[in-house]
Amino acid sequence: MASVVSNLRTPEYRSAYQALKITGFWVFLATDMLLFGCLFATYLVLRTHTDGGPTPIQIFDIPGFTLETFFLLTSSFTGGIATWAMRSGRQKQTVSWMLVTMMFGLAFILLEATEFAHDVTVGATIGRSAFLSAFFTLVGTHGSHVSIGLVWMFLTMLQVLKHGITPQTARKVFVVNLYWHFLDVVWVFIFTVVYLSGVVLS
Amino acid sequence: MPAWFRDFADHYLMWNEGYLIWISDILILLVSLGIVFTLTYLKKWKWLWKEWLTTVDHKKIGIMYLICALLMFFRGGVDALLLRTQLALPGEHFLSAEHYDQIFTTHGTIMILFMAMPFMFALFNVAVPLQIGARDVAFPYLNALSFWLFFFGALLFNLSFVFGGSPDAGWTSYPPLTENAFDPGPGENFYLLGIQISGIGSIATGINFLVTILKMRAPGMTLMKMPLFSWSVLASCIIIIFAFPALAVALGLLMMDRLFGAHFFTMYHGGDPMMFVNLFWVWGHPEVYIVVLPAYGVYSEVIATFARKRIFGYTSMVISLMLIAVISYFVWAHHFFTMGAGADVNTFFAIATMAVGIPTGVKAFNWLFTMFRGRIQFKLPMLWALAAIPAFAIGGATGVMLATAPGDYQYHNSYFLVAHFHQMLIGAVVFGYLAGMYYWWPKMFGFKLDERLGKIAFWLFNIGFYVGFMPMYFLGLNGMQRRMYTYPSDMGWGTLNFVATIGAYLMGLGFLFIVAQVLYSIRYGERDITGDAWDGRTLEWSIPSPAPAYNFAVIPTIHDRDAWWELKQRGEADAYKTRREDVHDIHMPKPSGRPFLAGVGFFFAGMGFVFEWRWLAVLGLLGVVACLISRALDDEEEYEMKADDIIETEAKLGRLI
Amino acid sequence: MSHAALSSRILLTVQGGLSSVLKPAGPVAGQELKIIAGSLILTMIVVVPVIVLFGFILWRYRDKQDNPARYDPEWSESKVLEIAWWGIPIVIIGILGAYTAKVTYALTRPPVTDVKPMTIDVTSLDWKWLFEYPDQGVATVNELVIPVGVPVAFDLTADGPMNSFWIPSLGGQEYAMPGMVMRLWLEASRPGVYYGHAANFTGQQFAGMQFKVVATSRAAFSEWVRQLKQVDHPLTVTLYSQLRQPSEIGVQLYSSYPRDLFAEVVWREGGQYMVDSMPSLGSTHVSVSPVMVNAMNQ
Repeated sequence: MASVVSNLRTPEYRSAYQALKITGFWVFLATDMLLFGCLFATYLVLRTHTDGGPTPIQIFDIPGFTLETFFLLTSSFTGGIATWAMRSGRQKQTVSWMLVTMMFGLAFILLEATEFAHDVTVGATIGRSAFLSAFFTLVGTHGSHVSIGLVWMFLTMLQVLKHGITPQTARKVFVVNLYWHFLDVVWVFIFTVVYLSGVVLS
Repeated sequence: MPAWFRDFADHYLMWNEGYLIWISDILILLVSLGIVFTLTYLKKWKWLWKEWLTTVDHKKIGIMYLICALLMFFRGGVDALLLRTQLALPGEHFLSAEHYDQIFTTHGTIMILFMAMPFMFALFNVAVPLQIGARDVAFPYLNALSFWLFFFGALLFNLSFVFGGSPDAGWTSYPPLTENAFDPGPGENFYLLGIQISGIGSIATGINFLVTILKMRAPGMTLMKMPLFSWSVLASCIIIIFAFPALAVALGLLMMDRLFGAHFFTMYHGGDPMMFVNLFWVWGHPEVYIVVLPAYGVYSEVIATFARKRIFGYTSMVISLMLIAVISYFVWAHHFFTMGAGADVNTFFAIATMAVGIPTGVKAFNWLFTMFRGRIQFKLPMLWALAAIPAFAIGGATGVMLATAPGDYQYHNSYFLVAHFHQMLIGAVVFGYLAGMYYWWPKMFGFKLDERLGKIAFWLFNIGFYVGFMPMYFLGLNGMQRRMYTYPSDMGWGTLNFVATIGAYLMGLGFLFIVAQVLYSIRYGERDITGDAWDGRTLEWSIPSPAPAYNFAVIPTIHDRDAWWELKQRGEADAYKTRREDVHDIHMPKPSGRPFLAGVGFFFAGMGFVFEWRWLAVLGLLGVVACLISRALDDEEEYEMKADDIIETEAKLGRLI
Repeated sequence: MSHAALSSRILLTVQGGLSSVLKPAGPVAGQELKIIAGSLILTMIVVVPVIVLFGFILWRYRDKQDNPARYDPEWSESKVLEIAWWGIPIVIIGILGAYTAKVTYALTRPPVTDVKPMTIDVTSLDWKWLFEYPDQGVATVNELVIPVGVPVAFDLTADGPMNSFWIPSLGGQEYAMPGMVMRLWLEASRPGVYYGHAANFTGQQFAGMQFKVVATSRAAFSEWVRQLKQVDHPLTVTLYSQLRQPSEIGVQLYSSYPRDLFAEVVWREGGQYMVDSMPSLGSTHVSVSPVMVNAMNQ
């Protein structure tokens, strides 16, 4: 169904068939929100269960997680610019801003990987205590989501390169950025509930 | 026999554990060989791939769900008969403690997750798009993926009995019992992975049907003109979306404990087993409403149709569906009143639980008054719907009794509880699904199921149900716990247990009659020529049986509730026939083998995790990723169906005017 | 007098012990039976009319020829009926809810306040029950002896999987969990032998976790304690670690036990995370730590 819904709407909504997929993705985000909600609840219950092992303040590195936050939030901003470029019909700009977004996202992941690797070397492993299990699972699940998003964004970028801005690629650009913004929101909660509370409330 | 083979057989095939394993092995082998042989002899492999394994047509997906559900019903039922045989007399040793524990675990898991859920999804798929005047669901490819995830998750789980060992800690799987310290080995891992894989499919179905119902109704069909079954599906999907992620987390975290040494729920290093209990039941209670609401939807359709009268209190019915969906989130702790949360928490959940019974009771009254001043026809779908009313009235009453926390301190984990939930799950859910199966069977296959054999099955099953479960209320009040593989002879529990076993066998006999009925009806069942097998009220009865691939040649415009009935009453049934000039080319979703292959990938990944063969897990996941990437880069999701082809099909079906 | 002779004097009726929820042998079970009966009556107010109406409707509105009953295929709304079937259940639930709240809170307090309560520390193990009597200094496995007319605070924990402690004749159950202590008040109001069993699945020999409850007069109870203390069979740390091994061992009797054993078991399995700084009203959780116990013992 390539029926035109309205020329007044932005490109990703102009085909009813594509608009349907965007709706479906919003509903999927609701389930992902629940997933993270449960992980947050588990973290909140278990964060004091340190079993005489490493505590939050001992392993959270303030410059580290601040820089991670900067990278991720910036990448969400550049993703927004990519969406704007898509809506303006600018293929090249869409591709380059998506590339920039991916670079910042990759920087976030690399920083997080080194954070985890360092934790392991000081004995803060997932099997040491319930607190650490909860921490690595919550933050790690977010990190896996981001990693999957990077691959997804790369594939989307390839398709924009190949086909230009069509109803289908417009929707794909929009949806992958929606996903990216969602992960950004989750990170804001992680930053607050995990890292900030961890170093301030100890 | 070489030593390595004997070790393998003892360890993985469990050939040293008794004749039940041997019988299962032989049966599985015979059935598999039979299927392979039949397909080869009839040269149907290509047909299987083209028509079924790669289909994205909701009607076919619905049929596949139904077949699997009935097979799982059989397996779960056999489990139940084994359990009841063991408990018929005190002190029996028909089943060892270990086997008994495995069987009650698989019985519960299969019946809820691999029988009720697919049965429900079968009805979703078969009925909803036709009821709302759509050509397919919103995401046909995802629909197929949902089915194959269910199929391979269930396959993985079922394999456990003959390969590796089944889980044995109950379908609720509480830690720390289910941690490696107390339950090492692949059994519990089968539980975690099988359900996890299948659960992804369930979430996808919830998303799919929510969007379908909200966005793809025929023009003129406002929500308040939509059939009540579709409303019940909408409510159920809302619950699926908000409940299943909690299960994914509960299972995922337990898997991390078992496979990666984490300490979420362990006894030491800070783990908290109560966290699992909470996460599990945050899903678990909404789950029972997920399965019961569509059954209520079926009752609304069936009772209105076979009382030949409009459903009573439509608005009230919609409100009660939505109220139940919302309140169902606020009652989960009633599954562990005895876990010591304190009087504050217990009182809140007790009152909320009682509150959820109110909208449910309202529905029962509305069904009764639908029949009041109607003309009741005792056809098979109606029989099952009618049987549900007293069953769920009693079950609902015992539910309110259980909701009183102090009462629950005595009922919890006793046979009183077992009787209550079976009464609801069988009397409200299974009866509803059977009613739906009988009701929509002609629409699926083009013939009705034989009334006479069906009536015999109905009476056997119903009598067996009461004979089997009513004694259990009294066993519970006499102090008998659940999940005991045997019981002492001096407690006075022997007679009631024996009676319950007789009831179970009667139900088994009833099921066999249903199987016989299906086989008989394939040959001799009354053919449905008109498409309107029951003089129905809703849109699905306005098209032929079975429905053509595109469902509606021309999407109808709706003006009333019970649109098809209204049209017939006004003598305008021809309004929904096809006029040549109204038919256009349409886009249909393309079939694809990727959902099936992704399912295979998940199966191998699951197997890898179950046995901790990391390489297999990685390989399987890579297969899934390959399918995802292939899909992402695929440009052609649809193909065009020409108007001329549609007109030709409609002409052959006698629908052209 | 030997222990065997003593307990055979108390043995009554059925060997397995009385177990019916419908025949309470104590005030807690009595209160619970009252609410069971009350909830049954209240639900029947709805259920009985439903079933009667159901039968009547099926008979009267059958689709057969010359059925004289009215046929109103379009009649599908009635404000009066809706008010009735939303309203009456709401009232019933209101009544039942208030009653439930009252009893739920009441059960978190001792059943009687004019008699000094005693405490028994209960530990669920695989697959046996260990009972420690802190007020008396003795311990038993799988056999519980309590005095009639005295409220008993059962403090429950598990050194193993999550379990549930249930004596149906005396009252409802409560979970025994590792790293936590949950309090259950029970009292026997007449002498007898009662059936007790684990009520939450803990694995293969779960079905064998039965224990006998003997309720006897206060004098006989004191005598039983006195006799037990004279037997030279202390529960040592070594013996306890044997108890932790998965096994079924029948009845064991101990003349003494290490006083901080219970608290240490709890603390070791996470009791440290469960210390309540401010327990809520109607809480059944008990904060326990070896520090507290040692202080008590000084």
